Amino acid sequence: MTTTTEATRLAGAVGVAHTRVEGLDKVTGAARYAAEHHFTELAHGWMVLSTVARGRITAIDSAPVEAMPGVLAVLHHENAPHLAEASGFFGPDPTVQVLQNDRVPHVGWPVALVVAETPEQAREAAESLVVHYEQEPHDTVFRAGHPDTYTPGDDEDDSVEISKGDMEAELAASAVVVDEWYTTPEEHHNAMEPHGAIARWEDGRLEVIDTTQGAFATAQDLAALLSLDPSSVRVVSEHVGGGFGSKGLVRPHSVLAAMAATVVHRPVRVVMTRRQVFSLVGHRPATAQRMRLGAHADGRLRALDHQASSYTSRVMEYVESSAAISRVLYGADAHHTVNRVVPLDVPTPRWMRAPGEAPGSFAVESAMDELAERCGVDPVALRIRNEPAVGPVSGLPFSSRSTVACFEEGARRFGWAERDPRPAVRREGRWLLGTGVAAATYTAGVVPSTASVTAEAGGDFTVRITAADIGTGARTALVQIAADALEVPVDRIRMRIADSDFGQAMLAGGSTGTRSWAHAIVAAVAELRAVLVPGMEIPADGITVRGNSLDAVRGLAKLERHSFGAQFAEAAVDIATGEVRVRRMLGMFAAGRVVNPLTARSQLVGGMVWGLSMALHEEAHRDAASGGLVGGDLAGYHIAANADVPLIEADWVDEVDPHDPTGIKGLGEIGIVGAAAAVANAVWHATGVRHRQLPIRPDRVLAAAAERG
Amino acid sequence: MALATSSTITLHVNGERRTLPVDHRTTLLDALRDHLELTGSKKGCDHGQCGACTVLIDGRRAVSCLQFAVAAEGREVTTIEGVADGDTLHPVQQAFIDLDGYQCGYCTPGQICSAIAVIEEHAAGWPSAATEDVRPEAGAPPLDADEIRERMSGNLCRCGAYVSIVQAVARAAEAAQGESAQDKSAQGGDLAGAEAGTAVTA
Ligand code: FES
Ligand code: FES
Repeated sequence: MTTTTEATRLAGAVGVAHTRVEGLDKVTGAARYAAEHHFTELAHGWMVLSTVARGRITAIDSAPVEAMPGVLAVLHHENAPHLAEASGFFGPDPTVQVLQNDRVPHVGWPVALVVAETPEQAREAAESLVVHYEQEPHDTVFRAGHPDTYTPGDDEDDSVEISKGDMEAELAASAVVVDEWYTTPEEHHNAMEPHGAIARWEDGRLEVIDTTQGAFATAQDLAALLSLDPSSVRVVSEHVGGGFGSKGLVRPHSVLAAMAATVVHRPVRVVMTRRQVFSLVGHRPATAQRMRLGAHADGRLRALDHQASSYTSRVMEYVESSAAISRVLYGADAHHTVNRVVPLDVPTPRWMRAPGEAPGSFAVESAMDELAERCGVDPVALRIRNEPAVGPVSGLPFSSRSTVACFEEGARRFGWAERDPRPAVRREGRWLLGTGVAAATYTAGVVPSTASVTAEAGGDFTVRITAADIGTGARTALVQIAADALEVPVDRIRMRIADSDFGQAMLAGGSTGTRSWAHAIVAAVAELRAVLVPGMEIPADGITVRGNSLDAVRGLAKLERHSFGAQFAEAAVDIATGEVRVRRMLGMFAAGRVVNPLTARSQLVGGMVWGLSMALHEEAHRDAASGGLVGGDLAGYHIAANADVPLIEADWVDEVDPHDPTGIKGLGEIGIVGAAAAVANAVWHATGVRHRQLPIRPDRVLAAAAERG
Repeated sequence: MALATSSTITLHVNGERRTLPVDHRTTLLDALRDHLELTGSKKGCDHGQCGACTVLIDGRRAVSCLQFAVAAEGREVTTIEGVADGDTLHPVQQAFIDLDGYQCGYCTPGQICSAIAVIEEHAAGWPSAATEDVRPEAGAPPLDADEIRERMSGNLCRCGAYVSIVQAVARAAEAAQGESAQDKSAQGGDLAGAEAGTAVTA
């Protein structure tokens, strides 16, 4: 076969709707997720989690459990393999230092792993294991102004607190001031596939099938934790049943499976129960945010003060950077943003879809709506009036910023012009009706990654990259990107992903996946072009080259790079029951180049469903006495069900980002940003009552209405 | 003498007889996934809260995590692996592909099994909580978007694919019944434009 990559220039695959490459496997049940692989001699691990919120283990009565039918091992801090401490793809991660000492830092911390022949035996034995604790007083209650609150970071690190201008003077001189608190509760990802892994030793290598957003990072971390050579650990994650950040990095189940496989010399499967997922994979911490806006009479901002606080655990510091979004959205003469934290005896919060921006947008975009109301300015006009020319804090130009186009086109499609600005004047039977709007933005990041491309003798091309498709459509999008880079039709691309042996690549997170992987594939294709000569013979085993996007990514100019959007929602509020129903939502986004319109729309709409769910349903209840969750399962923690979700439309304005060769900005997070604020603003427009506390539950609606009289 | 804690049972799954030893505590879901290697049925909660494990038992939808395998002896069990007609996909499966009624795919087998049952339940005249007129003489309500949403609400989708799931069920119902799903316009002409182009093979 001779090479033809230069021969024909085809119409591009990028920008054309394609059904998912793995679609047939998903609708027939053939797609296998991590815990669904079978091995002879597979043993089953069941985790035992702490029932106290703080203290230490004084004894573990393992002997009777070891004698139970089928039990192979009971691992705990006195007999478990040693883990190296300083490991972690993004620095040391103490949340996976399981079974290393007698400390208990929160309810739901792993204290033992029971390994048995069958899952039933493992579960019974795990539930029979008696663990003795010495309890210490705990504090799991987050509130604004908690005395242990601190501002993280140091003098070198300006990301946690940034201020410019004289805040108090600008506020004092402002014609209109908004000064309010907004709160959001503890929220949990709840990817439908619970975390699970199968670990086994195969020819001297540790092979792990895991549910992870980043097989490469997970393999590196496991190798470091277990003091193994990095090349002797392989992690694959062919299909992942949702992640949303909860599968971003190595989690305790994979570490425990690897430990157990090492101890019992058999393949071991460890799968979390849904309740265990609630304490071991991270979550979004509750936030309390004070917003102070000062404006001229026409609504132009003079002062913007966004002070966010949230909690972290005592295991590891995690900062929910809710105030960061205000550094992108709006400028003001005085501008102050800070993210503070208070450590509590709770499981460690971690990235959850649009970490920072999701709760932060609820605060700033609710406050902007209040400012519009007080100034008597239309909420869309107010945002357009405050559109900054350059980064409000950095002063850097934007690579592209199409917020105004999103608002204008969204307003046109939503019918915003017909809106009566007065609140509480539309009624349909027992329903009060209202509409609301909010801005959205999310950072467009890129991380250097590697990929390989093989020109096959038969004329096809095989791309290998440690990408993950967690439902984003990445596998399909990368086929399209590779096809265009190689200038061949999509049916000549074989896409292989999610195997750490393919080398370093960014994980699927922070809306950086597709953009980072696209850069790597483009780099690999450039390498291939350098070695392929038109007309040359391809050997039977093909010609393989590797590409690295390091130089391309380093060469990108330092600019403010973000996607933007405008969220519109219509809400109906039942005056008798306080129930809020969202009747329709429209999101208009500007996210650079959209690779696959079919899956892009699904991803954006999915994010908006998260915003609806955040506005109305999601709230984890932590019991102060025990420190544990009440109803930490899918019955007690409500996520939007089908009947909660109306017709939601997402679309985008054409946006060319000339400052990135791929033109991609990422779509994973922006759908949720601003969506909850749009719903809350619609509830205000329906009822005349502001809800500054999420979720907007029926009892809160009724209580607020009663208070108002 | 100790009571037996396991038995050998015969299950009828997807038209085949399968004999297997099971622990009495083994759920039908675990028997399918761990013993018969039919991993298409998913485990999202193991508590009857999410619908990911939905299968058809004697033609009716049921969550397989809430029953013991031993109790399923003698019943006809159909899983996602058994709903297609050979290589021809069930219209619901095809509609999920064409309209992108999924993202991660983990809830999808349960959604599809539920949808197949929903279409049959509706055709048999069963009302739902969204049905306005539930008198027997009123006949089957139109299978509009609100009816589909209500009837599909036992199946959670954390990816938030509900909008296209509803469209896919409506389209499959149309194909199955040869009658128009009545609320098509309410489901949005614009979004129907999201239909697939060519399938990518890789
Ligand atoms: S796994 Fe059966 S309902 Fe969730
Ligand atoms: S497609 Fe991921 S949970 Fe439904």
